[in-house]
Amino acid sequence: MENIALTEAVFYILLSLDEPLHGYGIMQNAEKLSNGRVRLAAGTLYGAINTLLEKGWITFVPGDSGDRKKEYVITESGRKAVFAEIDRLRELVENGEKLTGGWNK
Amino acid sequence: MRKVIKKLFWAWEYEKEEKWLNEMAAKGLALVDYSLCRYSFEPCEPGEYKFKIQFLEHRTSHPESEQYIRFMEETGAEQVASYLNWVYFRKKAAEGDFEIFSDIESKINHLTLIKKVLLPIGYLNLGVSVMNFVNLAFNFPGALWVPFINLACFALMIFGVHKIQKKINILKKEHAIRE
Repeated sequence: MENIALTEAVFYILLSLDEPLHGYGIMQNAEKLSNGRVRLAAGTLYGAINTLLEKGWITFVPGDSGDRKKEYVITESGRKAVFAEIDRLRELVENGEKLTGGWNK
Repeated sequence: MRKVIKKLFWAWEYEKEEKWLNEMAAKGLALVDYSLCRYSFEPCEPGEYKFKIQFLEHRTSHPESEQYIRFMEETGAEQVASYLNWVYFRKKAAEGDFEIFSDIESKINHLTLIKKVLLPIGYLNLGVSVMNFVNLAFNFPGALWVPFINLACFALMIFGVHKIQKKINILKKEHAIRE
């Protein structure tokens, strides 16, 4: 796994896609998970989804093609990316808390 | 009752154009159609809609653009008009904020797309201007003013590119420290 920092949009898209969702479902889920803080705009989401499809971190849900809304789901490599990101974030939080412990707030 | 207003915005002024459309919507006039400098409005509840304009990589009739517009419509936006690569979206204000991009990189990419279209138009005009100037100087000196029209177009495009580049630079600086 490459050592990269995911964008907030990508992280929440991947987290949302344990179950199949369409674009609007991802937007709603990200907003819910972050208590309203993360509001993915549709254009940003669309770009991120296409990049994730190209990377193979998410895939279309097979079956219902045609004019129905497209649904996406996370893949194995997508899950690996999420775990790697959580490790990275944990390091950030641990170092952040350790080193700011004595700071005046 | 349809109201038509003629107004000119340059490509690099699309944010100003958006602002104007939102002001019109706040007054109770919603954009329903657009073609070259002609804006058609129909009455709406004041503040019922929010408007956004986007420049797409391809013409709006291109399959990739159609796919994107369908995606936008699935998220509650509605296409009200399109012109060349430009799409005009509206969304019910009751559904909350209406933004197309929520990260800096997408905003930079959008502006870069517009810049990449203006630059060749500018250089094409410069080329035509020089060629005509040489040609006319030898063959038809009386019409030597003609190349200056193309030269003016070149200058205008370069001005537009400069305006967009300034916006891109501000965003890039910001992007160096955050998403």
